[in-house]
Amino acid sequence: MDITLTLNGKKITDQIDPDLTLFDYLRSKNCYSVKCGCETSNCGLCTVFFDETPVLSCSVLAVRANGHKITTLEGLQDEASEFIGFIADQGADQCGFCNPGFVMNTIALLRENPDPTDDEIRQFLAGNLCRCSGYEGQLRGIRTFLDSKKSR
Amino acid sequence: MEHKDYKSINKSVRKKDAMQLLLGKPVYTGDISPKDALVVKLLRSPHANAIVNTIDTKVAKLVPGVVDIFTWENVPNNRFTNAGQTYPEASPYDRLIIDRHVRFIGDVVAIVAAENEKAANKALKLIKVTYDVLEAVLDFRKAKDSDILVHPEDNWVAPCEVGGTNKRNLVASEQSEYGDVDGVMADCDIVLDRTYHTKAFNQAMMETFRTYTSYDRYGRLHVISSTQIVFHVRRILSHALGIPKNMIRVEKPRIGGGFGAKQTAVSEVYPAFVTMKTGRPAMIVFTREESQIAGSPRHEMEVRVRLGANKDGKIRVLDLYTLSNSGAYGEHGPTTVGLSGHKSIPMYTGSLEAHRFNYDVVYTNTMAAGAYRGYGATQGIFALESTVNELAETLNIDPTVIREMNMLKEGMLMPAYYNEIANACALDKCLAHCKEMFDWDKKYPVRDMGNGKVRCAGMGMAMQGSCISNLDVGSATVKLNDDGTYTLMIGAADMGTGCDTILAQMMAECMDCSVDDVTVFGADTDASPYDSGSYASSTTYITGKAVEKACDDLKKRMCAIAAGLMECSPDEVIFEEGQLRQINTDRTVSIKEVGVKSQLNNDIVPQATASHSSPVSPPPYMVGMVEIELDKLTGEVTVLDFMSVVDCGIPINPALARIQAEGGIVQGIGHTLYENITYTKKGRPIESSLMQYRLPTRLDMGNLKVEFEHSFEPTGPFGAKSIGEIVINTPAPALAHAIYRATGVWHRELPITPEAIAMGACKNNN
Amino acid sequence: MITFQKYVKAENLEEAYTLNQSKNNKIVGGMLWMRLSTANYNTVIDLSGLGLDKIEENETCFKIGAMVTLRALETNKSLNDYTNNAVSTALKDIIGVQFRNLATVGGTIWGRYGFSDVLTVLLTLDTYVELYKGGTVSLAEFASMKYDRDIITNIIINKKACKCVYDSVRIQRTDFPVLTCAVSRLDGEYRIAVGARPAKARLYGDDEAVLASGITNESAALFAEKLAKQVPTYSNNRGSAAYRSQLVKVLTERNLIKLGGLM
Repeated sequence: MDITLTLNGKKITDQIDPDLTLFDYLRSKNCYSVKCGCETSNCGLCTVFFDETPVLSCSVLAVRANGHKITTLEGLQDEASEFIGFIADQGADQCGFCNPGFVMNTIALLRENPDPTDDEIRQFLAGNLCRCSGYEGQLRGIRTFLDSKKSR
Repeated sequence: MEHKDYKSINKSVRKKDAMQLLLGKPVYTGDISPKDALVVKLLRSPHANAIVNTIDTKVAKLVPGVVDIFTWENVPNNRFTNAGQTYPEASPYDRLIIDRHVRFIGDVVAIVAAENEKAANKALKLIKVTYDVLEAVLDFRKAKDSDILVHPEDNWVAPCEVGGTNKRNLVASEQSEYGDVDGVMADCDIVLDRTYHTKAFNQAMMETFRTYTSYDRYGRLHVISSTQIVFHVRRILSHALGIPKNMIRVEKPRIGGGFGAKQTAVSEVYPAFVTMKTGRPAMIVFTREESQIAGSPRHEMEVRVRLGANKDGKIRVLDLYTLSNSGAYGEHGPTTVGLSGHKSIPMYTGSLEAHRFNYDVVYTNTMAAGAYRGYGATQGIFALESTVNELAETLNIDPTVIREMNMLKEGMLMPAYYNEIANACALDKCLAHCKEMFDWDKKYPVRDMGNGKVRCAGMGMAMQGSCISNLDVGSATVKLNDDGTYTLMIGAADMGTGCDTILAQMMAECMDCSVDDVTVFGADTDASPYDSGSYASSTTYITGKAVEKACDDLKKRMCAIAAGLMECSPDEVIFEEGQLRQINTDRTVSIKEVGVKSQLNNDIVPQATASHSSPVSPPPYMVGMVEIELDKLTGEVTVLDFMSVVDCGIPINPALARIQAEGGIVQGIGHTLYENITYTKKGRPIESSLMQYRLPTRLDMGNLKVEFEHSFEPTGPFGAKSIGEIVINTPAPALAHAIYRATGVWHRELPITPEAIAMGACKNNN
Repeated sequence: MITFQKYVKAENLEEAYTLNQSKNNKIVGGMLWMRLSTANYNTVIDLSGLGLDKIEENETCFKIGAMVTLRALETNKSLNDYTNNAVSTALKDIIGVQFRNLATVGGTIWGRYGFSDVLTVLLTLDTYVELYKGGTVSLAEFASMKYDRDIITNIIINKKACKCVYDSVRIQRTDFPVLTCAVSRLDGEYRIAVGARPAKARLYGDDEAVLASGITNESAALFAEKLAKQVPTYSNNRGSAAYRSQLVKVLTERNLIKLGGLM
C-alpha cells in the first residue's frame, strides 16, 4: 500500500505491507530510538507522537499514519535536550533502553501540563516501565528541571 | 582508616553514555546489526518432559524466505553449560544446542533461519513434530530421588565436585556446621522453626535477550551480544559449537539491562550455529514471552530456618536448610544456593554460638534458573530476617533493638563467612542512621486510619559480597594518548549500572586528571584484557583495584619517558598534580609532552595492564525500613516510604550508587507484592508477558530515600566495596514484617498478594 | 501480531458493514487486544475516517462515537462533571496514557471484556449502544448479546440526575482489576455494576428496596452483604471466587457510603 506521512518534519511516501506496524516501519526508516520491550502494549518503550498525541507505535498500523504527522525522539532532540541533562545528573538514565519512550512521554506531559505536581508526573508516566532506576531518580530529575525553570 | 578528600571519587558525575542514551541514539545490539541478517527463531516445546519422536521440516522449508531449519539431528553432541562462570564451571554440563529430550515448556526443538520475520514465524507453524510425552516432575519438593529423571543421559558431566548427580535429580548438595548446633538449640529458651518460599522471579530487563553473529574479515565468528560476560560467552560458544576459541570474537555494545540474566549465555548459541551452518550474518531477538518462559530467572527456593534464642533476645544458634529449584538445567544452581546461608547467617555473628547450613539443589521440568541480582542471598535473607522479626515480636522486643544486641560489628571474625574478618562494617551505624531518618519509634506502632486501613512499619537488614573470592579476575589496560588524555580498556560490562564511568573516576583519581580525559573502551574479547565479567557485585571492587594497579604502573612508565625528556634518572621523576617533576627541582614536563614523546623515538610503552583477584569478598551492609498503609478488608498494601542506609565502603559515584539502591529496592518491592510465577498443571508458565507479570510502575513504590554510611575496606579501591546486588534484599523481609504488624499474620511465601492478606486476616480473626 | 492481506479505510458505514459480513474480515479499533492474536485475516476494516471520534453533548444526552479514545473519555470535563469523576477514576489506571490514546470506546464495549473498567462504569449510567443495523439497545442488553457482525456507531448516555462512584482493586496499579465496582443513583434509582468477577460486568438494582429510605451505614452494609451473595464470582490467577465475593461486599459498601456522602 502507498502511504504519505510527515516523519520528523519530512514528508515521505512509501510502499508498505498493510499489516506492518508503525513500530516496524519506523525502525526500517532508521528511527532506532523507538524500542520494543513487550508484545502486549504494556511497556511504553515504543512511544511516538501521532500528530501531537503520544501513542504506542507497536500497536498502530503503519497505514493509519497515512496523511498524519509522526514524530520520534530523532525529531525532538532539541526539546529533549532542555531537560535530559537533569535526568543524567541523577544517573537515572541507567541502561537507557526505556529512555526514549520515557523522554517522549515526558515531553508530551510537559506540553500538556507545563507545571505538573509529583503525583501528576507519576500518573502521566505510569505507562512507561523502567526496571533499572526505581523511578525516583527520574522524578527527581524532572522536578529539578521544573524548579530550575521557575528560578530562571 | 579514614577516607581522604578525593577529586573524582565520591563525586556524582554523569554517566559517560548518558546523553547518547537519553537522546535515543542507536547503541544497542538491535540498532547496530545489519538489516539483512537472517532472522533466527526457535520452535519451543509444548511439553514439560518429552522425547521428540519425529520431526518433519520439509513443508516449513518450502516457505519462501526460509533459508534453513535445524533440529537435534544437526547439532554437535557436546554437553555444555550456559552459565557464565569461571572455568572449570561449578554448573553441570547438561545442555545440547538442541536436545531430542525436551525438559520444560519452552525448551528448544528447532532453529529456523529465514530472510524475514514473517517467513520465520510461518515456518514455525509448519514444522511437524510428534512427541513421546513423559511424566514431568514439576514440584521441586518432590524432585530429589524421584523416579522421573530430568537428566537420565549418560554423558552428563559435573566439571566440579559439588555433591550433585543426575541420577538423583540432584544438581548440588552440601552440609556444613560450626559449633554444637543441636546442643545449643536444646539449651535455648525459644526455638522458632519456620519455612519460607520464594519464586523464580524474572529479571525482566527492558531489552530482552539478543545476539547478532557474522563472520569477520578473517573468517572468524564475530558475536555482538547483549551480555555481561564476553569472555565466558567465547568459551561457552567454543565448547558448544566445537570450534577453537581463537576463531571467536565476542563484544557487547550498550546493554538494555541485565541484573544477572545476561550472566548466562541464553541467546548466543542459536545465531552462532546458524552463521556457522549458513555462513551468513544472523540475529536472534527473544520476544518478551521467550524471555519470560525460557530466560534465566531467580532460583525458586524453600528455606527452613531454625533459630534458637534466649528470652532476653540473644540469638545463639541458626540452622538453615535450603532447597533450591534449578529447573531443567543446572546453570548457577550449585553456586546461588550457597549465598542463602553464607550471606544471611553472618549478620548475627555478634551473638551466634553455633550454626548449620545444609542444602540441596534439584532439577525439575520447569524453566532453568540462572543468576539474578542477590543470587540466593535475597532468598536466605528474606527467610532469616523474617524469623528474626518474628522472634522480636514474640519476645516483645523492638526489632531494631534485637538487631543491636546480636548483629555483626566491625573487626569481628565471621565463622559463617569463610572466617573472614569484617574489616569494614558500618552495619550498626546504618541501623542507627536509618532508625533516625525513618523516625522508627513513631512509625513502628500500628496506627488505625479508619475505614479498615492501618499504617505501620517493618524492617530488614542485609549483606552481600563484593566478588567471588580467590576466583574472579578483573583487569584493566590503561594507556596515555599523545594529546595527554587516557584510554581505559576493560572486559567488565557496563549494563547500565555505570561501571564505565566509575572506573574512569578511579582512573581520574589515580592520574590526577578530569574524568572527561578518560575514554573507556569495553568489552571485546579481541581487545579487552581478561575480566570474568560484570557479576557477583565485583566490578567496583575487583576491576576497580585492577585500574588502581594499572595506573601505578602507567605512572612509572610516564616517569621513565619524562626522565628521558629531562635527561635525568627515572628514579628522580615523580608524578604530581597532573604533571611530572624532577625531585628537588622545579623542572617539570606536562602529561601531553610525555604523550607526544611516547610517539617519537621511544621504546617505553605508555600503557599498562593489571589484573586483580581477591582472597576475601568484603560484604556491604544495608538496613531498610518501610512504612505501609494496609487495607484490611481488600488486602491492598500501599508502600508509603521506603528508607534505607547502605554501607558500600564509599560510593565511588553517589548518584549512581543511590540509583542502584533505588532500582534494587523497587525490584524487591515487585517480588514481594506484585510479581508472581505460577504454572498450569502441565507446567506452562502463566506469567509469560508483561501483561501477566506485573512489574512495579511508578505508582507502586511510594517514596524512596537512600543514604550512605562510610566504612573503609582496606582491600578495596579507595576503600570501596560493592553496591549492585545487596540493594534488592531488604524489601521482602521489611514488607512481610509490616504486613504482620498490620494483620497479625506472617506471610512466608512471596509474593504476598492482596488476596493472601485479606483472606489471611479473615482466618486470623475467626 | 495478527496478519492480513488488505486494509480498507471505510468510506461509509455501509461499506464497512458489507465487508464485515465475511468471517475472514475484521474491524479494528485501537488494535491493542486484537494484535495479541496470531490470526490471519483477509481484510481489516478501519472506521477512523467516519467521524466517529467525537463526544457530542446536548441537553438530554452524551453521544460518544465508537472511535473516541479512552483518554478522550477520561479527560472529557463535561462527562466527568456529570459522573463526579467516576469515569476518569475508572479509566486512569488502564495501562498508561499512550495506551488510552489508542484504545477506543467502541472496541472496548464491543469486546464485552470481563476485566473492563469501562463497561462497569458505563453500566451504572443510562447507557445505550447504537448499532448500525441492530438499532439502539441498552448497554446491559448489549453486554449479554452474542457476538454478531454488526457495528457499534455510538454510545449514548442519557442525562439524568446522576451521582456516581467507582472503585476497583488491582494487585498492581496498572494491572487488570481483580474486581471492579461502580454505584450510581440515577433519578433516585440505584444501579450497582460489578465486573472482573472475572466474568464481564453485571448490573444490579435495589430490588429489595434495602436502600429505599436512604443510604445509612447499616443499609449500605446490608445491601452489600446481600449483593455479595448474589453476584457470581469465579477464580483465576488474579484471585479466588471467595476473595472476589469479599471484595464485592467491601467495594459495594464503601461505594454506597461514598455515594451517600457519609465519608
